[in-house]
Amino acid sequence: MSALAPARLTLGPLLYHWSAQQRRDFYFRIADEAPVDTVYLGEVVCSKREPTFAPLMAPVVDRLRAAGKEVVVSTLALVTTRREVETIAEIIASGLMVEANDVACVQLLAGRPHVVGPYINVFNEGARDFLVGRGALRIVLPVEIPAKSIRIVAAGDARVEFEVQAFGRQPLSVAMRCYHARAHDRTKDHCQLVCGLDSNGLTANTIDGTEILTINGTQTLTHGHAVLLAELEELRQAGVRHFRLSPQDLDMVRVAALYRDVLDGRQEAAAAVQALRSMTGDIPFVNGFLHGRKGLAWI
Amino acid sequence: MSPRYLELVCPAGTPAALRAAVDAGADTVYCGFRDCTNARNYPGLNFDVDELREGVAYAHARDCKVLVAVNTFPPAGDAGPWRRAVDQAAAAGADAVILADIGVLDYATRRHPDLRRHLSVQASAANAPSIAFYRENFGVRRVVLPRVLSVEEVAELIEEIGMETEVFAFGSVGPMSEGRCFLSSYLTGLSPTSEGACAPASHVTYTEQDGQTLSQLGGTTLNCFARGEPAAYPTPCKGRYVTNGRASYLFEEPIGLNAIAILPELKSAGVTALKIEGRQRSRAYVTQVVTTFRQALDALAGGVAAPATDLSSETEGGRETRGAYQRGWR
Repeated sequence: MSALAPARLTLGPLLYHWSAQQRRDFYFRIADEAPVDTVYLGEVVCSKREPTFAPLMAPVVDRLRAAGKEVVVSTLALVTTRREVETIAEIIASGLMVEANDVACVQLLAGRPHVVGPYINVFNEGARDFLVGRGALRIVLPVEIPAKSIRIVAAGDARVEFEVQAFGRQPLSVAMRCYHARAHDRTKDHCQLVCGLDSNGLTANTIDGTEILTINGTQTLTHGHAVLLAELEELRQAGVRHFRLSPQDLDMVRVAALYRDVLDGRQEAAAAVQALRSMTGDIPFVNGFLHGRKGLAWI
Repeated sequence: MSPRYLELVCPAGTPAALRAAVDAGADTVYCGFRDCTNARNYPGLNFDVDELREGVAYAHARDCKVLVAVNTFPPAGDAGPWRRAVDQAAAAGADAVILADIGVLDYATRRHPDLRRHLSVQASAANAPSIAFYRENFGVRRVVLPRVLSVEEVAELIEEIGMETEVFAFGSVGPMSEGRCFLSSYLTGLSPTSEGACAPASHVTYTEQDGQTLSQLGGTTLNCFARGEPAAYPTPCKGRYVTNGRASYLFEEPIGLNAIAILPELKSAGVTALKIEGRQRSRAYVTQVVTTFRQALDALAGGVAAPATDLSSETEGGRETRGAYQRGWR
């Protein structure tokens, strides 16, 4: 068996609504200090947030590239308006590598090389093969896909690379309705970007007091952080090359260093899990989807 | 006979429900096979091959079409049941298949080029380029629009795409982008996307406690309600959650979708067909809802206003909304 290509770490798109300054400072530090190979920028959740970061996009891209990072621009997961379609067309026209999160983006790319994001359902070889034929160079698998499927989908296809989210809250749904606005008795059209109040999202508890979900505007995420550390080697063997760290408002440079150390054999997975726990407080870890169990399980 | 006002597409969860829908005036019925290849994979529902063939014969004899939903996403290495479902729908004489997965669409396009293909709501195609993708690549003839668009947005989209659309007219309000919602599998481990069951009954429990009923899904509490208080079936998006110290129906109230009052607006928007949801509901539900919509459509086709109706006994929580069709819902 030939040696595996070196594993890569990626920083997924920021899902929360941070201020322009917080975003710039975050990405500059990532550029300068984080051992990640790829950084995904761009707004995935809500087009109303897009103007916040737009003026800073160019300097952030420059800084990341100067640091040797690959830059990919992620696009909206749920596209409904002409304006949103136009924005995607503009991103494609910019010439940057694009992550398609709605089939609309795949259509607009018209065969150009791209990344298929985790919001497009690729659960099987049939969907994989069709999208590879349309220019997919890398496929970020949906968070729900179990390892037994990954072993089949990611096996031995030199035309395409695979990526799996290995850290951070997992996206569970996207919607038109804004639940952040609803929690504040507002509607989406009059939201005043209230999602910006919660830099790690808004925790939703069950009525008997269990923290269960995280609200992020129109998106719903797990409450727990997905942590795939003990599974990295198995995923590598299955054909996954890229491991995504989803930004949270915590020391992502240190998170990246921990994952890099485990990938490079400098640190045991169990010790890295303990180190992560010291950073994330009471928030549980989850990895159930990968193991074919309920998503909130920690195996 | 006056030209059809809007095509009435009705649920057939069982052979008996199929006959009830046809008898009540459905223009079209939709159903699925008794397995994970469709998004209503619940015990006691759906059709085997012989039942489908008989259902098609019953419907066709009464000038009613039959659509077969094969609208879940096959797991890797196991496309066989989905391919077989498409093959069997074609062999049984179905008028179209309703598909969502790109791999299954590709298979159906190559293997059964003459079998009409509709795009399921599970494909979550809510914009013109997405719909163009499915039309250009798989010859999709009709798209079932996600329940996330206002009437104005539906009209704009139809003008842009210029093809048949089917919209939800009655049933539940699906607040999430369908086909891409992992909330139920997060709590139960069973996937609506690949196994076809959101909040399966096997994972739902009700517990009486101090005069209140506690509903749980996969061991997670979703609601607690008093006797007589409106409550929805415990899917995760209909649960009550606490944010900032306040309990609320964060995603959606216990309320049902009913668009019967805006049929003229939907017609003006260019909609082709109305979908009545409810393959998991009773035959009595099918008869009452289909009869009511048939009367409304016949009145409108004859140039008179639809008669006043009351379907509140059939809606979730006994209350109605126009959902995303009305501005302000978001």
